[in-house]
Amino acid sequence: MDAKTGLLGGDGKISLNWREKVLGKIVKIQHRYDHLFGSKKISNALWRKLLYTWVFCATMFSLWIFLYMSSQAIEKRKETLASMCDERAQMLQDQFNVSMNHVQAMSILISTFHHGKSPSAIDQTTFAEYTKRTAFERPLTSGVAYAVRVLHSERAEFEKQQGWPIHRMDTLEQNLVHKDDFDPEVLEPSPIQEEYAPVIFAQDTVSHVVSIDLLSGKEDRENVLRARASGKGVLTAPFRLIKTNRLGVILTFAVYKTDLPSNATPDERIQATAGYIGGIFHIQSLVEKLLQQLASKQNIVLNVLDTTNQSHPISMYGSDEADDALEYVSTLNFGDPFRKHEMRCRFKQKPPWPWLAITTSYGFLVIAMLTGHIFYATVNRIAKVEDDYQKMMELKKQAEAADIAKSQFLATVSHEIRTPMNGVLGMLHMLMHTDLDVTQQDYVRTAQASGKALVSLINEVLDQAKIESGKLELEAVQFDLRAILDDVLSLFSGKSQEKGVELAVFISDQVPEKLIGDPGRFRQIITNLMGNSIKFTEKGHIFVTVHLAQEVMDSLDVETESSSKNNLSGFQVAERRVSWAKFKTFSQHERVCSYPSSTYDLINLIVSVEDTGVGIPFEAQCRVFTPFMQVGPSISRTHGGTGIGLSISKCLVELMNGEVGFVSIPNVGSTFTFTAVFNNGHSNLNEYTCQQMNNQSNSANSEFEGMSALVVDPRSVRAKVSKYHVQRLGIQVEIVSDLNQVLSSLKSRKPRIDMVLIEEEVWNNDSDLSILFVDQLRHIDQKVTPRLFLLAKSISSTRSDNVTCDTHSPAVIMKPLRASMVAACLQRTMGNMGNKGNYRNGEVSRLSLQHLLLGRKILIVDDNKVNLKVAAGALKRYGAELVCVESGKEAISLLTPPHSFYACFMDIQMPGMDGFEATKTIRDVEKSVNRKIQLGEVSAEAHGNVLNWHVPILAMTADVIHATQEECMKCGMDGYVSKPFEAEQLYREVSRFSYSAESRKL
Amino acid sequence: MDVGLMQMQRRLAEYTSALFKEGILDSQYVQLQELQDESNPDFVVEVVSLFFTDSEKLLNDLSRDLAQQNVDFKRVDAHVHQLKGSSSSIGAERVKNACIVFRNFCQEKNIPGCLRCLQQIKQEFLLVKSKLETLFKLEQQVVAAGGSIPTSGSLPTVQQPIL
Repeated sequence: MDAKTGLLGGDGKISLNWREKVLGKIVKIQHRYDHLFGSKKISNALWRKLLYTWVFCATMFSLWIFLYMSSQAIEKRKETLASMCDERAQMLQDQFNVSMNHVQAMSILISTFHHGKSPSAIDQTTFAEYTKRTAFERPLTSGVAYAVRVLHSERAEFEKQQGWPIHRMDTLEQNLVHKDDFDPEVLEPSPIQEEYAPVIFAQDTVSHVVSIDLLSGKEDRENVLRARASGKGVLTAPFRLIKTNRLGVILTFAVYKTDLPSNATPDERIQATAGYIGGIFHIQSLVEKLLQQLASKQNIVLNVLDTTNQSHPISMYGSDEADDALEYVSTLNFGDPFRKHEMRCRFKQKPPWPWLAITTSYGFLVIAMLTGHIFYATVNRIAKVEDDYQKMMELKKQAEAADIAKSQFLATVSHEIRTPMNGVLGMLHMLMHTDLDVTQQDYVRTAQASGKALVSLINEVLDQAKIESGKLELEAVQFDLRAILDDVLSLFSGKSQEKGVELAVFISDQVPEKLIGDPGRFRQIITNLMGNSIKFTEKGHIFVTVHLAQEVMDSLDVETESSSKNNLSGFQVAERRVSWAKFKTFSQHERVCSYPSSTYDLINLIVSVEDTGVGIPFEAQCRVFTPFMQVGPSISRTHGGTGIGLSISKCLVELMNGEVGFVSIPNVGSTFTFTAVFNNGHSNLNEYTCQQMNNQSNSANSEFEGMSALVVDPRSVRAKVSKYHVQRLGIQVEIVSDLNQVLSSLKSRKPRIDMVLIEEEVWNNDSDLSILFVDQLRHIDQKVTPRLFLLAKSISSTRSDNVTCDTHSPAVIMKPLRASMVAACLQRTMGNMGNKGNYRNGEVSRLSLQHLLLGRKILIVDDNKVNLKVAAGALKRYGAELVCVESGKEAISLLTPPHSFYACFMDIQMPGMDGFEATKTIRDVEKSVNRKIQLGEVSAEAHGNVLNWHVPILAMTADVIHATQEECMKCGMDGYVSKPFEAEQLYREVSRFSYSAESRKL
Repeated sequence: MDVGLMQMQRRLAEYTSALFKEGILDSQYVQLQELQDESNPDFVVEVVSLFFTDSEKLLNDLSRDLAQQNVDFKRVDAHVHQLKGSSSSIGAERVKNACIVFRNFCQEKNIPGCLRCLQQIKQEFLLVKSKLETLFKLEQQVVAAGGSIPTSGSLPTVQQPIL
């Protein structure tokens, strides 16, 4: 089917175009998505138009398909009909011609044997016999007859010769009779005519026509006249035959007496006419016979018509039974030019429904509609997605706005809360100093503690908000890790003492003294972890260890010390190593043990906080680091807290390029471990080269330099911690495991032992032995008997110690041990030989602040006289000697080396020259002096025997923001204190720089 | 302890707490009191009178500065900052708060606002001055009657927990 393929081809092209269009649209829409969202409606309308066009086109096209295909079918039907019709017509014509030829042949026979011979060789019997036997030759004739030309002059003779009169036919024609009624006797004799043509021979089938004068019949007469004039076979119009009364056609040939030339005139022909031979054709039966030979006669209805008279065609065969309007006409040529015949063919049935066309077009329509639907659905979907996207964008914006609002709200609220909280805390503080009874004091203290907790909680929430908004940035300042851990330790010392939990910190020697990083955040992590530990630990210990990651890795295989017997308190602990098993740092560098670069550039610390608390239930372990998640709701009721601390810690650790992990066994304990990467504080500061790293131990207090101590402790881990802290003071430490060993080593050792630090456990274990030991100690022959110190972990336990106050009763050093606190304790005891016995920690540190500042010359710089006075008043309390100046310039002139100032407190905002500027100038001056000293241009003696001038400058500021702090560090300040002095902060800052200040002196 | 002294002490305590309640003083004043001890018995009075003279001078300067044709806001701001610093040091909270508002106006260069604030500061200053003077008088009376002044840092019973 050519049309079909063309059609499909066209369709293919269309669909291709369509696809391109759609693709283009999609790309366009995509484009729009990316840039603007406003044109949505326009594109939507466009889509809709396109869709409607598509549907319309598809419908039209399918209609076209239908029409085209059905017309094709009709055409084909027509063709079929035509070919069938023509075929039939041809057949009919052929057979007719055959018959006609034969009839003509008979005319020759008659002329030859009837007229040519005398007497005639043919009579009726012969003729009948002959014609009957040759009937098969004339398949379409029902009979033949021969009529002779008889002139009127010959009539009587002829009638006499034949024995019958010539009958006329016209009456017969007028009152048609049926076959059965036919009786030749009733025929009337022919009236007198000029000539007659009575039938003399007839085939048996038509023998009744014998004696009838053909010229008397209207049709026959016409035929006869035309036949003899033309010399050819002529046909009558169809008429009812005599007797049979069926439609028939008579073919007539003239028989001539002589053989006429072909160009003879009609007159000559008429003259030569001897008779007429006629063949009777029964059209109906003939056609039926003919059709029987064809297979498909039932499909088709035939009508054979004589159309000689155009306006009144005479039907020769067929009926009008067909319904179909479709008709085909083929002309029939029966050899008589005067007569015109045609055959009209119709199909019997109406044309079948053009199913193919219907299904094809319908199928196409369905496909097109489906495509349209898909298209529509796609457009809808796109629109919906677009809508959703916009909604989403809006929601996202809202969410972001809400997030920002939340952060702002948090920041604002926390700020707003902090301000009145300061008032509350201040009032409580004041209230504490009024005359209160014990209960009231307890209430106030609780209230104050709660207030402080609230403030720290607010800070935490602020941190979380900051982390979430990504605003948290780490600073990079130089700091002393050990000092920070001391601070944290002091924070928790009260609680640990109350609970009787042993708190200890151990920092490996290999960790450099100065690191560069964010001390505040590091402190926060440690505080969080330790805070958690202390919250959940009722007995046993909390042990913080700091190592280099490399160190831990190297000893990974060797270290087996943390078995339950050999740890801080003897309680079982969760295996520390398990907690870092998943760390990437270790898996990556597992076998690459050496970090060539890290040794002096990056310091990878690994910090573990190990406790013997309740542990974390296994089911809760997975959400430990999720914000606001706690083990259970009961936890927050019993222990408080928001559950935010660990998530903050995790974030902070990640900011420090570290990892955090933990291992926890319920009812055994938990160990949290994290790593953090810092820069080495010494690697890029030449100023510090004169100060060796391992000098750190003797930096704290020069007065203990060279002393030696014994630590009596059977537990090696705990002894190691004690040793670490005492060693930091520059004291040489040896560890022995029991008191007897002390005695023996006292006796044997030449260098004197200045002090013996005895673990409380050892002391209380056997009080008799202890007393004996004291007794024996007295009798040791040494110039100075060593001092005894007891390392106690809780207040209650020291109270049980009732050893009488004498020089040998041990002074108590409260755990947790810190270098500064140990130093203060030692100093007090060594200085005031036994006058005072036991010191509580609070007094010790307060006194140690006094110790740090006592007699020190301190410069205070503030333009505000009132502030100056207040600050001076505050510092004077700690026994400092104060010099006050009111401008940065004065400070610079006073602080130009050599000078004898121990430290300087400087206001930041001052007219003329502010604190930052003044500090920068002072640092510049110091630097140039230091360089000169190093180069030898100026003798160190001239500058007060100080090699490296660096006067600690602390900023005094009212607003304590990190940014300010950062700026302080940037311009060379050593720290800052908030302006209304707070003893704790002051102590922290002063003690921080005091060590380094000491170490700088020769 | 005789009844008169008791009454006097109570009056002093009430007067002090009223000052805190009204927000005239804040916790900083307590800290200031804590700094006063045997070695430095008149510390608070000294500081406060220094504050008075200093502030009066500053207020005069401020009035003069603001009265000028071209107001030097930098200078004004510096003065206000000074005043804010000293007032916060002695704990004169309301003066301090007024100073904060003043500085905001100063940054906006809003002269009417500054003038309004200056008036307010002056009022607050006078208020705190009269209140403190009365307070000192009361304290002197108590001391004269042989009593001790509570809320001072020299109280031996309660030690401030430092750590």
